[in-house]
Amino acid sequence: MYSAKLMDHFTNPRNVGEIADADGVGMEGNPTCGDTMKLFIKVKDDVLTDVKFQTFGCGAAIAVSSMITEMAKGKTLADALAITKESVAEALDGLPPQKMHCSNLGADALRKAIEDYRSRQAQG
Amino acid sequence: MSTKYFDHIASNPLLPEVLDAMMPYFKEQYGNPMSMYDLGMNAKQAIDTAREQVAALINAKPSEIIFTSSGAESNNFALKGMALARQGDGKHLIISKAEHHSVMNTARSLEKQGFVVTFVPVDKYGMVDPETVKKSITKETTVISITHASSEVGTIEPIKEIAAIAGEHKIGFHTDAVAAAGNMPVDVKDLGVDALSLSAHQFYGPKGAAAMFLKTGQRILPLIYGGVQEGGRRAGTENVPAIVGMGKAAELALANLTGRMAHVRQLRNRLTEGILKIEKVHATGHPQLRLPGLASFVIEYIEGEGMLLLLLAKGIYAASGSACTSKALKASPVLLSMGVPMSMAHGSIVFSLGIGNTAEDIDCCTEEFPKIVKRLRDMSPFAKEGWGAIAAEDGSKEGA
Repeated sequence: MYSAKLMDHFTNPRNVGEIADADGVGMEGNPTCGDTMKLFIKVKDDVLTDVKFQTFGCGAAIAVSSMITEMAKGKTLADALAITKESVAEALDGLPPQKMHCSNLGADALRKAIEDYRSRQAQG
Repeated sequence: MSTKYFDHIASNPLLPEVLDAMMPYFKEQYGNPMSMYDLGMNAKQAIDTAREQVAALINAKPSEIIFTSSGAESNNFALKGMALARQGDGKHLIISKAEHHSVMNTARSLEKQGFVVTFVPVDKYGMVDPETVKKSITKETTVISITHASSEVGTIEPIKEIAAIAGEHKIGFHTDAVAAAGNMPVDVKDLGVDALSLSAHQFYGPKGAAAMFLKTGQRILPLIYGGVQEGGRRAGTENVPAIVGMGKAAELALANLTGRMAHVRQLRNRLTEGILKIEKVHATGHPQLRLPGLASFVIEYIEGEGMLLLLLAKGIYAASGSACTSKALKASPVLLSMGVPMSMAHGSIVFSLGIGNTAEDIDCCTEEFPKIVKRLRDMSPFAKEGWGAIAAEDGSKEGA
């Protein structure tokens, strides 16, 4: 059902946990299947220096979370915002069709975390 | 790594004696039971023996057994066949909200054909109240179907009481006993049911063979028209090897029922005790009135598929009613009908034990499972702070 790469990210997830002094937090959920992803970011000079996640959900949801933290880390905010659901799925060697929309919440959670960071900056 | 199979409600391994009984009908005895020569008569004889064996398992007459291809077919046949045969008397059916898909979706298809269906609720244990069934009866009611034992939460329904109510009103009563028959005593005379479904692979027989008990004198319309097989009520050349296997499996189930039940009950209690030591874990279904081999839980703050994948990595096979594990991506309607909040239904896990399981298998599971729960909870945004915003959305309660 799942690719070897996805199973690797599910069984050995990267960057799990909270960032207590995060510069931005983004939460994204799918009410139907229940998957919920919380993404924490640290930003320095417009670059994502740290990204961590907490996820409630299936194997695919956890693997997507792990993958997006790896993809986003070290990127500028602009480059991070260019990450799409499709590119995350591709990086995991594909997602089963029924999980493509349900569990693929990483890009949206990341976008929300960056928006949160920007609104915090704007409020100074 | 040895396999610890705890998904006997999904299917069971075939017993070697059953396979031995089936083999001649794959090989030398290939005749069509309708044929008049010896090959045909031998096959016919084998089916008659199987019919007696299956009848004995549920205390029916052999003539009251109709062989089908699956539990789902039996459930479709009973509900549709009885409803259509009785539609001159009315077009109202009663089923529960916690029925198997094969009853639920058959009822829904009948709704589209102009029947009215009442879906009676279940309580927090998944139990139907016979009084609620009684109050739902109208002059138009012709068929009631309530599952005997839930394959998801194990609860055994008050079938005898509901059958009596149906009988008083001359309403046809069917029970889906697929999870029950062969795993606990099922006596159609004592229960007083008009129709009952059972399936061979639920008691160590082959897939592809199942049966419906139909009480003498009950009217039914066939699902499959054709020849006069099964008394003209179910056409199609009989699946002789599978039917023979079902008969043998029924014979063994009846002979060994007490021992098998004691074995799985003891293991289930050991497993339940171990799993309930974990915090924020709730047993589902009725605590006493339940299938002897079935242990079912909801584990808060984590999701079923993750648990299944990590259990599998330890050689442990289980099931879940979570949305993510269902191909339809919908949480178990049975759990939701019991009032389990959606958020918690995602954490469903079901262990169904069988005669091949050992105390060592159980101890392996109770050792590994808490680690798996901890690992997933360490990743969950809800584990530390509770359901929070999610709870407000669907009514979850902390510590419910």
